[in-house]
Amino acid sequence: MKITTEEVKYVANLARLNVTDEEAETLRAQMADIITFADALSEIDTAGIEPTNHAIKVENVLRSDTVKKSYDRDELLKNAPAKQAGCYTVPRIVE
Amino acid sequence: MDLCKLTAHESMDLLAKKEVTSQELTRAVIERIESVDKQVESYITNTFDYAMETAKAVDAKIAAGEKLAPLEGVPMAIKDNICTKDITTTCASKMLENFVPPYDAFVAKKVKAVGAPILGKLNMDEFAMGSSTETSYFKKTKNPYDLTRVPGGSSGGSAAAVSADLAMYALGSDTGGSIRQPASFCGVVGLKPTYGLVSRFGLVAFASSLDQIGPLAKDVTDAALVMNLIAGHDEMDSTSLNVPETDYTSELGQDIKGLRIGVPEEYLGEGIDEDVKTRIQDAIKVYEGLGARVSYFSMRMSKYALPAYYIISSAEASSNLARYDGVKYGFRAEGFEDLLDMYKKTRSEGFGSEVKRRIMLGTYALSSGYYDAYYKKAQQVRTIIKNDFDAAFANYDVVLTPTSPITSFKIGEKTTDPMQMYLADICTVSINIAGLPAVSIPCGFDKNNLPVGLQLIGDSFAEKTILKAAYAYEKATGFSGVRPSL
Repeated sequence: MKITTEEVKYVANLARLNVTDEEAETLRAQMADIITFADALSEIDTAGIEPTNHAIKVENVLRSDTVKKSYDRDELLKNAPAKQAGCYTVPRIVE
Repeated sequence: MDLCKLTAHESMDLLAKKEVTSQELTRAVIERIESVDKQVESYITNTFDYAMETAKAVDAKIAAGEKLAPLEGVPMAIKDNICTKDITTTCASKMLENFVPPYDAFVAKKVKAVGAPILGKLNMDEFAMGSSTETSYFKKTKNPYDLTRVPGGSSGGSAAAVSADLAMYALGSDTGGSIRQPASFCGVVGLKPTYGLVSRFGLVAFASSLDQIGPLAKDVTDAALVMNLIAGHDEMDSTSLNVPETDYTSELGQDIKGLRIGVPEEYLGEGIDEDVKTRIQDAIKVYEGLGARVSYFSMRMSKYALPAYYIISSAEASSNLARYDGVKYGFRAEGFEDLLDMYKKTRSEGFGSEVKRRIMLGTYALSSGYYDAYYKKAQQVRTIIKNDFDAAFANYDVVLTPTSPITSFKIGEKTTDPMQMYLADICTVSINIAGLPAVSIPCGFDKNNLPVGLQLIGDSFAEKTILKAAYAYEKATGFSGVRPSL
């Protein structure tokens, strides 16, 4: 499977990663290798075979809908890179 | 007596007989870490004060005449992708360098509740992505058998620490072989339990449908004891299975006469090192000598497990790692223009190259136009591989393979070509894909005196069967008792 550096840059944007031209070229070659390897999967006839998401089937996992105390806000905010007045802060989105 | 060399169950016996205190045991291992870990570099974070405080409390219980629970007072360590409240949990990534979890993982809670002195957090491949522990942001852990070689990965710190007597046992995680392959490289026992048997709550997610926590231990008995401690239902993990409690040591020592062992020919064929093949064939002879019925069979689809694994695991990783955006916790880059720029700079600077490669591969496999060809196809192949194992377990109690096609390689030998590194997982990934339990046990050495690992795979929930088979082999050969001369 061939991949272009344009495709690499397109995917990088979807993944919210910056790549330099040099990194894009390295990634292009490495991803092409891995995807060519994965192309072996196309040899298998999978018509009518259900995909497996989880190997051990578990269905309808429910819990009782009760009010419980959650984590302490200040405790959670200790790990925040930037905070203000009990909130996470991010760059302005709406002008 | 060199206390740090004891197994966990030997330590328990001495504690029960009051021949040793938990503080003595813990101090002995701490002293060993202080003298040897400069070379091995298995720990990212030390928590010696916590360990000694815990040991002191355990000794007070002993002095008061109280009976100890199994593993109480036995010093251990935890892979650094398992959250520990108030103890930095880095995932060996710059992204989480300063992350201090506000809660304990399910397994960390269990370990603390039993009064195990936690010595620290162990090195690993960044976000558990790798097979050599070389992708860690902080340090390269060395193989205790040869300090120029890798310990395997991703739980390389856990395996090296147990091998070098820097912890009585350790917890690791296994997504495609990350407990078993390093256990094999470092000559220790490593068990990946049935998917869902151990709660993943508080395990930093890599590929959620494959990840499973398990023990790395000095022998089979210790691995079974750790399973008793960490297995159990947890409502905080919706994939946690509600199965009856059981004693994983209960079948150790039982006769294995008539045990049906199947050996898939594909796992002893092309790409498997000659020395590894010879050791596995020796092990097969040991099993025949113990009265097991060994036969060969074919698993033709096994070669598709590796490509399916890399598609599925990378796809899940790309989704799981989307959360690292520099907002709520972890690293945030500086000098950004707007929100999107902040995300991109944070992720580009915070993740290492292997993690970025997997995110890219996963995003590609999930992107419009490729989803059916790769992701859906890989999940269909997953069904086929699972069916293959179901068919095998209709005929056999245990499936026997090498854990790794090769023994430990030199540091730096496989870092330039990711495909070469991925091939190191060829014997282990299918077990995660099928959600099965498997244990790696030491089965001798290659020509360079590096450990070889034997993998015993069981049907879902057949942990006791593979542990019984592993124990019988261990008693017959004594390879688990061998330690590196460090």
